[in-house]
Amino acid sequence: MSNWALILYCGLITYLTRFSMIALIKKEMFNDRIREVLSFVPSAIFPAIIFPAIFINDKGLFEIDDNPKILAAIIAMIIGIFSRSIIATIFSGLASYWFLIFVV
Amino acid sequence: MTNYKVFLKGIVDVSPLMIPVVPFGLIFGVLAIDIGFSPVETMAMSLIVFGGASQIVLLQLFSGGASSLVIISSVGAVNSRHLLYGAVVSEHLSDLKLVWKIIISYFLIDQAFAISNDYLKKNKDSNRYFHLVGGGATCWVIWQSTTLLGIILGAAIPEKLGLSFAVPLTFLALLVNDFRKFINVIVIIISGLVATLGYNYIPFKAYVIVAALAGLITAMILTTKMKKNE
Repeated sequence: MSNWALILYCGLITYLTRFSMIALIKKEMFNDRIREVLSFVPSAIFPAIIFPAIFINDKGLFEIDDNPKILAAIIAMIIGIFSRSIIATIFSGLASYWFLIFVV
Repeated sequence: MTNYKVFLKGIVDVSPLMIPVVPFGLIFGVLAIDIGFSPVETMAMSLIVFGGASQIVLLQLFSGGASSLVIISSVGAVNSRHLLYGAVVSEHLSDLKLVWKIIISYFLIDQAFAISNDYLKKNKDSNRYFHLVGGGATCWVIWQSTTLLGIILGAAIPEKLGLSFAVPLTFLALLVNDFRKFINVIVIIISGLVATLGYNYIPFKAYVIVAALAGLITAMILTTKMKKNE
């Protein structure tokens, strides 16, 4: 598949998830149970991107020793839990990462 | 209130949520160029897909060599949260003409939903949906301009900075409120473990989908258990 086709299909599926419920479905079709489970979607999906990006290196190998990303991510998480700020989380993580690779 | 004032209110309300969108857009632009997409393709991605998480997942899986089918279905999985947004706002939009539904759907993004959901609940004016359009349009302008800036800066940012680490950090930041909830923490750990341990073993790089399903099943079991104990 060409890059363009890939972009178009990804755009189409993104749009359809936004449009389908607005256009086709009445609110009553979503019971509280389904709504409750869907509220866990971010918690269920984002870690699948976060964890491999931290623990698996460019060569596809599991890396736990001498991996500054782990400590930096933990610092970012702690800052995030206390500050509840998206921007503080991102920047504390990047700052700790740079400190660990350039200074320490 | 006039349509214009409701639209402006949407812009003002969404503004604080735009601060983190700036680094997110920059990172996307820089990474897309780094991975090998052309500037035009990168810009088209932001215009056509218009979804930060979807676009980053696209890049992540593309650079890992996943097939198109896996990339598209993973993007679909990441987007499944929009089904919830759509279902929640649909009651406020049910009287609108189809053309408005088509336009509003394009702007139904995390930040706009977060602020307009409150507004739509509290206001009953027939033009209240302009709030959602205002929030969505603001995010659109920020997302497109930061993508463009990322494309331009891309070549100037040294690889040594390890900016790709900003990707997991951005997603981590989107979960800050979930770290305080017990069931969410368990779901996060299960999904993360499945993705990491399965990274090399789950075929077709489908680890995002498999991990997400494992997380959702965990959530279903735990919420059911919690209710029984009440």
